[in-house]
Order: sequence, then structure tokens, then C-alpha cells
Amino acid sequence: MKIEDKKRVLREMVLHRRFEERCYQAYIERKIGGFLHLYPGQEACCNGVMEAARPGHDYVITGYRDHVHAIKCGADPKAVMAELYGKETGSSKGRGGSMHIFDGDKRFMGGYALVGGPFPLAAGIAKAIQLKGGDEIAICFLGDAANNQGVFHETLNMAALWKLPVLFVCENNLYGIGTSIERSTAVVHQHKRVAAYNIPADECDGQDIEIVYEAARKAVDHVRSGNGPYFLELMTYRYRGHSMSDSRGYRSREEEELWKQRDPIFILRDRLIKDGAMTMADFEALEKETDAYIENEVIKFAEESPEPRVEDLEKYVFADRATQLPWLTGKAA
Amino acid sequence: MANIMYWEAIQRAHDEEMARDPLVICMGEDIGVAGGTYKATKGLYEKYGPLRVMDTPISEGGFTGLGIGASFLGVRPVIEIMSVNFAWLAMDQMFNSAAKVRYMSGGQLTAPCVFRSAGGAAHQLGAQHSARMEKVFMGIAGLRVVTPSNPKQAYGLLKSAIRCDDPVFINEHELMYNMKGEVPDGEYFHPLEGSEIARSGTDVTLFGYNISVHWCLKAAEILDKQYGISAEVVDLYSLSPLDRAGIKASVSKTHRAVIAEEDEAPVGVGSEVIAIINEECFFELDAAPVRVHSALVPQPYNHTLEKAAIPDHEDVVKAVLKLFGKA
Repeated sequence: MKIEDKKRVLREMVLHRRFEERCYQAYIERKIGGFLHLYPGQEACCNGVMEAARPGHDYVITGYRDHVHAIKCGADPKAVMAELYGKETGSSKGRGGSMHIFDGDKRFMGGYALVGGPFPLAAGIAKAIQLKGGDEIAICFLGDAANNQGVFHETLNMAALWKLPVLFVCENNLYGIGTSIERSTAVVHQHKRVAAYNIPADECDGQDIEIVYEAARKAVDHVRSGNGPYFLELMTYRYRGHSMSDSRGYRSREEEELWKQRDPIFILRDRLIKDGAMTMADFEALEKETDAYIENEVIKFAEESPEPRVEDLEKYVFADRATQLPWLTGKAA
Repeated sequence: MANIMYWEAIQRAHDEEMARDPLVICMGEDIGVAGGTYKATKGLYEKYGPLRVMDTPISEGGFTGLGIGASFLGVRPVIEIMSVNFAWLAMDQMFNSAAKVRYMSGGQLTAPCVFRSAGGAAHQLGAQHSARMEKVFMGIAGLRVVTPSNPKQAYGLLKSAIRCDDPVFINEHELMYNMKGEVPDGEYFHPLEGSEIARSGTDVTLFGYNISVHWCLKAAEILDKQYGISAEVVDLYSLSPLDRAGIKASVSKTHRAVIAEEDEAPVGVGSEVIAIINEECFFELDAAPVRVHSALVPQPYNHTLEKAAIPDHEDVVKAVLKLFGKA
């Protein structure tokens, strides 16, 4: 990665971290409802892969831990926060919530809340790309636990069979909700499970963005060149619980501390400092600047935005009726 | 007007739409090289090739989800689920992805896909191949459900379903693919909403859909000839949404209602129609509406038991006679 890119990505990763931490606070204050799944600890995964891909051009789909993926694809953090606040200005107009962030214009095809559900959808997006003949690829980010769903295997089989342009990124954070991978999965290293489908698969450190980036470049090149699917496993860790109701009783604080010593943001920061590209003071200023942006723009926008109108409760269930009349009633509008 | 079979009508709709729009594709088990279990996709593989006529692995959840994902980018897949019983495996994707994506994305994404499936009980296929599942689909927000009772509807409903931007589930019937009927020679789009008066009458309304329309028509014939009762038959080809105005209009005219459904009574089509009658025209009724339905049992294999579990036109006649105090 070039030095300017590394500095830019560090900036983005700090935004992603502080955004999520601010969500935590807003949830405690009951500004955000429902379930909330936060990303701190895993930032190098999404950022490393998307630096190798083309955000806004390639199609991205993921599970419910989706805020950062949306922002990385180009969604406005203000719209994402407004969505968490349930506002009309939210990225899904307040109808989706934390687990269902969407940005169609940026080709962020959404967060889905059934574990493993996006696998076949990603393959379908790839099928559409194949039919239309574009150079885009589909990228599916999911956790390790999703691989225990049947559709994981069904999808890998079809993706390989039809050589679909889809990259499966497995963010292996070692836990499926509150059950460790050793206790739920017969094979801990997920890329080994993919070999059965004749899909090239790789595993790497998910905490060092430069390692992720290099592995992802190879993966993205493979898929974009028309060679069919690829599976990339990134070994990572989520600092917080599965969702806000999780007090992490299933793992030790020592284990958490061990992972925090390999924090993805600090790894990149320290490297940039060592290379003389920035100072610790620069980094501290960046954090302050980021917090100020989140408070003065992102939170302010979410707070001040209007709620959806109750009259619009049934809007978006079906396509706009006026445009569908020939098929619904047999008569043109 | 061509007199063609139900499967031919479905095949023709596929063919016309695929010829018109390169983004219309079809997919399912055995639909390509093998030509389709019910021949509904016969000849399409040869004409349009494997990229657009996809023989899928036996992975209902997977390939249904794949079709839905493709539809997010404007592809219009017609996804055949060989038997509706297998749709249980695909319901997560149908309900959680296709039916909800427009709403939960605030209108940004849409899933213009068609699910076609052979429903109904055929002959001695046993508990896991005889389900009537229309009632499961008709309660899902964001999903349209239609069920053709004849070749004209089978053709025209599929044409409209492919063009419509909403996901549509088409409930066909294993026993009806060889039924013959008139289909317009020119292009025809059957409305996805509403109902049809299949036979006009004045004394009682017989509500049916798909195969039970035929029980109702046969019953109406008998009631007319043998008992002098004039029955109106209403074909509820759209199960979601149900045609409230059509139900109200007919009951307001005949003041009596029988609902004939091949599914089991609890949470069924009949329950829903009676609820609509109560809400729309309760005071028009001269008698309490009656349901004719299947027994609440896993479908038995034994021929005699199977026959006892599924209603037919004789049960409709009996229900009407009871309504008129003649039985």
C-alpha cells in the first residue's frame, strides 16, 4: 500500500471505530433501539478487502454487523446514524435499522439478519453480473459461524459450478454469538472446508491491514479475471459482545487483552509513525477531529432529522402502484 | 383462441418473455436438459442456452436465494420449485429476503422474481409430497400470491408476474398440467389482483381457487339440474391480496357463501374469506358461511384414506344442501 493510502485508510478506520463507539453510547442513552452489533477490532478486514476492490463499483453484501461495510462502500455516516435513530433521513428511511443498512447507489446491497442468508444472494448478484457482462464482482462479508448453515454449502457448490464472480470473505472472529468456534465447528480453519468445492481459498491475519490488502488483491484479481469464486478467511476478533445484550461471560478478559495488543488501528498507526509519516500527536489530533465530526455533524444530523410519517407505514411494501397497474388490474394507469 | 394444455400455456409465457427480455431467465431442478417435470419449460434450454435456463442442484434454499439476489440487479428470474413441499426449504429466502427487501431498504432494492410451484395433492404421493401450502404464502407482507385455475390464467398470470416489480408466488397444481383450455392467440396479461365470476348465479356463492374452482363448477351444475339451486362460482385466482370488493359483491347478491379449499381448515383460505365477509357484508348473509376443506392429517398414502382426506364436488354439493336445509 502507498503511504498516502495508508494515511487515508487510517483516517477511515479511526472514523469507523469512533462511529461504532459513539453508537454504543447512543444505545445506552436509548437513542438507538433494537439490536446493535458493533465492529471494533475487525476494522482491518473490511478496509483491507475494500482497498483491493472498488467501493461503489463492486457489489457488497453482508450480515447484521454492517455499519462499517456500508460506510466503506460510500454510504454517508450521517445517513447511517440517522438510520440507527430510526429517522426518515436514514439510509433505509428508518425502516431497516442497524441490521438493515442499505445504499443502492453505492452498491451496498444490504445487511441481513438471518445468519448465512446473504450467501445465495451474493451468488445471485454475481449471476446477474455474469449475465450483464460487467467487470464488477460481488463481495460477501460474513462471519465464521455462518458457515454452519446449509446455504453456505449450497452456495459454494453453485458458485463453483457456474464460475460466478463472487468473493466470499470470512471474518473469523472465533465466536458465533456466545459459542466459541471450537465448541460449534468441527473445523476451526474455515478455508479448509472450501477445498471440497474446488474453490481457491486462503487464510491470513485479519488484524494487519497490509496483510489483508495483499491477500485480498490476489483474491479480487482472481475473481475479476473471470476465474470464478474465491474464499478469503481473515483471522480477527470483535472486542465487544455479539450484540449489546452480551456480557461476554463465555470468554476471558485475558484473551480479550491479548487480541487488543494486536489492534488493527494501532498496528497501522505505529507503522506510519515508525516510517516517519505521522507522529503520535498527529494521531491524537485525528481522533479529536473525528470525534468532533461525529458529534457536530453525524449525531447532530441524526438528532435533528424528522421521524417517518405514520401515514407512510405501508409505503415500500410493494412497488409504486401507479407504475404496476397494467399487471395488477389489466388496465394501464 | 388456441385450445392448449396448462403446461403449454406456462411454457408459452416463459418463451415469449424470454424472447422479449434477455434478463428474463428461468431456473429450477430438471427444467433444462430434462425439459421440466411438468414440461412447463420444454424446449427453452435448446433455445436460450444454459446461462438463461439453469438446471440447478437440488438446493432449494440456495438456488431460490440465488435467483432473488440476481433480481436485485434487474434480472427477472422465474424460479420453479418442483413440488411446493420443497418450498419449505426456500421460505427463508422467499420471506426474509424477497418479500422484505424493498421495505427494509426504504424502497432502494426490489426483488422482481417469480416463484412457480406445483401444489396440491396428486395421487398417493404421501405426506411429504402432497402439501397444500397456499395458506402459508398468503400471509406474508410484500409477497403476491396467485393460483391459476385454467390455461388462460396460467399463461396470463405468469406474463403479468414476470413484468411486475413485486415478488409473486404462483401456486399451480400437480393434477392440472394436462388440463386443456382456450388461451388468446395474442399477448394477454391476466391481472394479478381481483377475482372472476366463473359462473353466474343467484342463490349461493361458491368460492374456489385453482382446482377447487372445478369442484365448484361441477357442484353448480348438479345443484342447478337436480335441486333447482342457482349457484354463482367465484374464482379467487388472487389469494394475496384477496378481492374484498368481489367477495362483497357476490355475497351481497346471493346472501349465502360456501368456500371450497383444498387446504386444511385452520388458518386457511376459507377462514380469510369468511373474515372478509364479516367485515364487508355481514348483514347481507341469510345463513352462516360454510367451509369445505381437507382433513387436518398428514396426507395418507392409502388410496381410500387419501380420498377421504381431500374434498371434491360432492362435498360442495352436500355443504350447499345443508345450507338450504335440504340435507
